[in-house]
Amino acid sequence: MVTLKELPTEELFTSGHRLCAGCGEGIINRMTMKALRGPTVIVAATGCNEVASTIYPYTSWCLPWLHVAFENAAAVASGVEAAFKGMARRGAWDKKVDIIALAGDGGTYDIGLQALSGALERGHDFLYICVDNEAYMNTGIQRSGSTPLGADTTTSPAGSSVPGKPEWKKDLIAICAAHGIEYAATASPAYWSDYITKVRKGIEVNGPAVIDVISPCPLGWRYESSLGIQMVRLAVETRYFPVYEVEKGKYKININIAKPKPMEEFLKAQGRFAHLFKPTVRKDIIDQIQANVDNNWNRITKLSTQN
Amino acid sequence: MSKEEKKPGWKELPPGAVVTEPGSSRKYKTGDWRAFRPVVESDKCVNCLLCWVYCPDAAIVRNEKGVEINYDYCKGCGICAKECPRLAIKMMEEKK
Amino acid sequence: MTTVCMTGDEAVAYAVKQGKVDVVAAYPITPQTIMVERFSKYVADGEVKTEYVCVESEHSAMSACVGSSLTGARVFTATSSQGLALMHEMLYIASGLRCPIVMGVANRALSAPINIHGDQSDMMGSRDSGWVQIYAENAQEAYDWTLQAFKIAEDEKVQLPVSVNLDGFIISHCVEGVNTLEDTSVENMLQTRKPMFSIDFDKPVTIGALCFTDYYYEFKRQQVEAMRNAHSVLDRVCKEFKDASGRSYGVLDAFGMDDADAAIICLGSTAGTAREVARQMRMQGKKVGVVKLWLYRPFPVEEITAVFKNVKAVAVLDKAVSFGAQYGALGSDVISALYKDGVEPKPKVFNIIFGLGGRDIQPSDLEGVFNQALEVAESGVVKEETVFLGVRE
Repeated sequence: MVTLKELPTEELFTSGHRLCAGCGEGIINRMTMKALRGPTVIVAATGCNEVASTIYPYTSWCLPWLHVAFENAAAVASGVEAAFKGMARRGAWDKKVDIIALAGDGGTYDIGLQALSGALERGHDFLYICVDNEAYMNTGIQRSGSTPLGADTTTSPAGSSVPGKPEWKKDLIAICAAHGIEYAATASPAYWSDYITKVRKGIEVNGPAVIDVISPCPLGWRYESSLGIQMVRLAVETRYFPVYEVEKGKYKININIAKPKPMEEFLKAQGRFAHLFKPTVRKDIIDQIQANVDNNWNRITKLSTQN
Repeated sequence: MSKEEKKPGWKELPPGAVVTEPGSSRKYKTGDWRAFRPVVESDKCVNCLLCWVYCPDAAIVRNEKGVEINYDYCKGCGICAKECPRLAIKMMEEKK
Repeated sequence: MTTVCMTGDEAVAYAVKQGKVDVVAAYPITPQTIMVERFSKYVADGEVKTEYVCVESEHSAMSACVGSSLTGARVFTATSSQGLALMHEMLYIASGLRCPIVMGVANRALSAPINIHGDQSDMMGSRDSGWVQIYAENAQEAYDWTLQAFKIAEDEKVQLPVSVNLDGFIISHCVEGVNTLEDTSVENMLQTRKPMFSIDFDKPVTIGALCFTDYYYEFKRQQVEAMRNAHSVLDRVCKEFKDASGRSYGVLDAFGMDDADAAIICLGSTAGTAREVARQMRMQGKKVGVVKLWLYRPFPVEEITAVFKNVKAVAVLDKAVSFGAQYGALGSDVISALYKDGVEPKPKVFNIIFGLGGRDIQPSDLEGVFNQALEVAESGVVKEETVFLGVRE
């Protein structure tokens, strides 16, 4: 267990970027940079993270970083990894390099899923971090495969006929684990030590590893910016976002929540769920959300005891 | 209105839109985004460093004294103040 | 020099093998498949040190290639038709990020309807993507151009991706005797790649930044310049290649153009048929010529205006249709070149759309085209600007 004092002070993700005040991705980027062990390359997908941190001629990154397109972070990372291998074979390269693909839920759950699946199946040695703020935030808060049931987004608006997104969210970690990769995990920046440990673990795996880290978005989720960390702590405390890992197929809950807070507390705190309470309380949807959360928790608990 | 520096032409610019200076965003001061500024009450601060790890902008700097806010970049999000276990950070209105 | 019986696809794969490529990331599609299959066998038999990535789609193929290229590797991929269309956005990105990737394209018709046979609509659909585009007439040229392509792409004045195009099935699957160079010869010609920028831990750079309205245009202008440079770089590379192989290449090949009254210009294998027909017709005293255009992008305006200097009528053959345009792609390019100030007298030009979906073109068809061109040369009147040759009315 590392202490905060032991973490490196060097900021490989530095100030001057134009992420929103209180953006979870800024926090996550900095934490990610604290977990590196040697020469590292970041392969970023299009999204808030990429756009706000590399506006020409500025960059907030102090390590090799490349962005190619939206849906292909995993494919580009595959290419980078292949190049190091190919170049090493002809004697042109001898360093051990870690590759981290950094994409949002936009570039992962939906348009990026093919590239991710291919890279996982081929077994490339890289860590894929999905910074998950549960919608396509960069283009203006449109729904993604990670948006939860009932959330108001611009393409699943809370209207008089349809009250927010009608579907539950995809289970990214289950999809990744189904590829038989050595390590897949969820994380929340509110639990910084758990997240940083997981990043390091993912880097050290010889092969693909995936981390889905929940990222609070003050604009998209609609809460006052100072509450960002509280929001993703509450996400865990309500069991909405269980923090667990799947190591060689074995499930393990890392942050056990014995007495969960009710989902209502999480929903009430964010403007994207405000329509579930006003003008009337949509008990049906709130109950459905609670049921999904409970079922998911039970599923993971069962899987973690089956080892 | 400030006079804008003349930007380089296509012959001068390095090819492929590659940014060759790491961390060059430090030239872009985001401090003027603030509506509120965090102020650390050093007598309350125990140097736990939670504010430092949670700052999205690396605007909290660790030094021998403990933690210091870099107001050149702080956007005033208030996460540091909210997360401080000693309530040692207060958000004060930014004076014009 | 050894002569090996190979298909066009195999010839390209062989060139890639000799080219000491670091990474091949490709997805199979008819009629490119043999390129990747043959190369996979080289890998499996330990004949190459290349890292071969069996990606899950063509879009990922080009994505992986871009990633590899930016890491500093020499990269190759191949595709056709729908595959090329699927990687369309990535083609622009590969060029914009200045990746000297070489891609073999076994030209095949684009859906719909689905058709697996050869026409040039696939590459024509991506002609503005910032790739240098070369067309091979046969397997020998496919081999020779693939080798030259790496050198052109990686030249410091170019640093752009290059596509080597070969007609699907007609060249890709046809066996020829191909004269191959010795491995050492290729090694001497193709030195280790020296990237303009790449992943470097001592000097970390950010690649792929967002450029707003205040910077984007300048980078596109840089690409324009690089594309223009590709022309002179190609000329130089062809000279070097001639020294190594004895075979001469350039931006175009002219047959009978010294005294031709009427000429055909086309890309790819049809040039071979046209040349044979022209040869026969010239024996009968008919003054016809053939221009085989090797370099399509950048379009060699000077050479085109020069080669058609004394000709009276030109039939431009397009093996793809550009919907909504008066002429096909090659037709538009030739006519715009000839429309320039100072080109006097201007030859009469008409456009022949042919070969769509692999519709065969026979020597008799080309004889008809030559005769039509001779008629235009004689009368000075173009009766039909665009002719759909070979379609059933």
